[in-house]
Amino acid sequence: MTEATTPQAPQATQTAQKPRTLAEKVWADHIVSKGTGLGEAAQPDLLYIDLHLLHEVTSPQAFEGLRLTGRQLRRADLTIATEDHNTPTLAIDQPIADPTSRTQINTLRANCKEFGVRLHSLGDAEQGIVHVVGPQLGLTQPGMTVVCGDSHTSTHGAVGALAFGIGTSEVEHVMATQTLPLKPFKTMAINVNGTLRPGVTSKDIILAVIAKIGTGGGQGYVLEYRGSAIRALSMEARMTICNMSIEAGARAGMIAPDETTYEFLRGRAHAPTGADWDAALAYWETLKTDDDATFDAEVDLDADTLEPFVTWGTNPGQGVSLSGNVPYPEEFGDENAKSSAERALTYMDLEPGTRMKDIRVDTVFLGSCTNSRVEDLRAAADIIRGRTKDPNIRMLVVPGSARVRLDAEAEGLDKVFIDFGAEWRFAGCSMCLGMNPDQLEPGERCASTSNRNFEGRQGKGGRTHLVSPVVAAATAVRGTLSSPSDLDPLDGPYAGIVQTSSANVTPNSAQHVA
Amino acid sequence: MEKISTHTGIGVPLRASNVDTDQIIPAVYLKRITRTGFEDALFAAWRRNPDFILNQKPFDAGTVLVAGPDFGTGSSREHAVWALKDYGFRVVLSARFGDIFRGNSGKQGLLTAQLAQDDIELIWKVLENAPGTEITVDLASKTVVCDSVTAPFEIDDYTRWRLLEGLDDIGLTLRHESEITAFEAQRPDFKPRTLPVR
Repeated sequence: MTEATTPQAPQATQTAQKPRTLAEKVWADHIVSKGTGLGEAAQPDLLYIDLHLLHEVTSPQAFEGLRLTGRQLRRADLTIATEDHNTPTLAIDQPIADPTSRTQINTLRANCKEFGVRLHSLGDAEQGIVHVVGPQLGLTQPGMTVVCGDSHTSTHGAVGALAFGIGTSEVEHVMATQTLPLKPFKTMAINVNGTLRPGVTSKDIILAVIAKIGTGGGQGYVLEYRGSAIRALSMEARMTICNMSIEAGARAGMIAPDETTYEFLRGRAHAPTGADWDAALAYWETLKTDDDATFDAEVDLDADTLEPFVTWGTNPGQGVSLSGNVPYPEEFGDENAKSSAERALTYMDLEPGTRMKDIRVDTVFLGSCTNSRVEDLRAAADIIRGRTKDPNIRMLVVPGSARVRLDAEAEGLDKVFIDFGAEWRFAGCSMCLGMNPDQLEPGERCASTSNRNFEGRQGKGGRTHLVSPVVAAATAVRGTLSSPSDLDPLDGPYAGIVQTSSANVTPNSAQHVA
Repeated sequence: MEKISTHTGIGVPLRASNVDTDQIIPAVYLKRITRTGFEDALFAAWRRNPDFILNQKPFDAGTVLVAGPDFGTGSSREHAVWALKDYGFRVVLSARFGDIFRGNSGKQGLLTAQLAQDDIELIWKVLENAPGTEITVDLASKTVVCDSVTAPFEIDDYTRWRLLEGLDDIGLTLRHESEITAFEAQRPDFKPRTLPVR
């Protein structure tokens, strides 16, 4: 029983006939060794990994493991590292003040040097949040397997990759073997049809999905987001959705590649060119769920009626429409959900029945791997341009990467934020998880475009409401949780500017632009 | 990895659902570059409350954590598993686990046993009525015994086998090295590389 099982011959005839989902196709194309046996002797499939992303927090113990066992990094040319979780967003030309953060960053630098890994360090134009950097370089492409020691690796599924977070033992495993033994997953279709209304974004779609299926609803599944509302989304908006798949318990979320995907990739630093592009495109076009394939589960969401969504509790499933109220724990039938709601309301210091829009916040955080790309910054800037910040609000704007910051500055977005009274910072994970100095004070309440409202996530005792970039911007104007439609019309030079969700919609779907 | 077949130790009732890995170990403790020494970080925010279960005897000496559903959701941080193990836990019982956390546990020899929530409730009652009651977890027969409660649990067969045999995952995979090399030879040329830097 301890012997490794003999691999089976590829079963081409079988795979050619059975209708398959997108995820099943990508999986099948990466099987190095097919799992065998049933029951107690069952072995998982061994899957090849096309791209391994590293950052400073979950890699040091894995590099150490290689050293201790005398193993090599198998494919440095399929590995890339960036500094993001610990990095300061101010004074990045100075040594990092926190000695433990500094040690962790220095350890990554030494490890990358020793093992020959490409690293984008603080100060480099390509430095930034690992899930912003990968797509930005064109390194994440349709049909690839992508892993990283970070649960938000699901982000890369937006280009049609099978991308998922792994633990440090698995990081070491991929370093040593460029493979992972994995148990097959189940598949779930998330069908989102209809047209988003102005001011409603992909963030609202995913928050509504999580509220619907719960934080455990996706466990054991790969989610595939489908439907007309998904097709209409830009690449960056799709990343926001796939990013938060893990918040529904799913390790991965995917969207089949289409013209939007190809346009996004074309011309990027690591996108294929010439004959390689043609070969890649021919393959990418096969990466869609077959018409007669079946999913293990399906969930429907109506985009037409969706409103801006916001969380009231301490897990991402505890959300409501922004026009709604803080719920009463008694509304939850399940005893565990009820006690979880009671506990959350105590932590969040909220009274049941309070209108969400009456909740006053102290801080607005625009950033994180969920919502820190240039479209996100643009959408928020379009709301605040010509308006005045609530004087009691502190607003942090943290671009996802140094490149995003440069692009935003080229458009003058930095001036919009600075004129408004927001702080324009350098790139990193920042206040999403507060491993750097960007943290909430105990009791401080934050409208955050990040992905997790867990107790203490943004700083000990901090209280988080998850929102979209446009809701974050409107909230910074009014001081209370607000949607763009709550803002008074502008007069003066900005009069007549129509605010829409167009920044979140692809140019080739003009019917969605107001 | 050490072999595990059975474990007996004091059960700790943790009456909370959705215990995410940020609660198991807050991010500020993730800056260390070692794999050990995380015992002080376990449930660090909750342990500041004197009423928290691990601040009460005899639960502070517990080795079997009995948690509500959706334990270990959220962040992929394996530090959560290291912190539980460093504190002394060997087994976590729950009706449902976060996928990544469960995978990480299997690599580190922390047994995650999935029980029906009804059985978890029965065990909670036993532990609260008689603090210090020991729980025996038998991986071979996939059963949990806590005083009068005997319950079956689920764990995937591959993880169970590896835990019973104490096998190193990387070592197992490297038995397939020739297949990995063969696979690499057939990868399409259009797949991207990170090096050399373009």
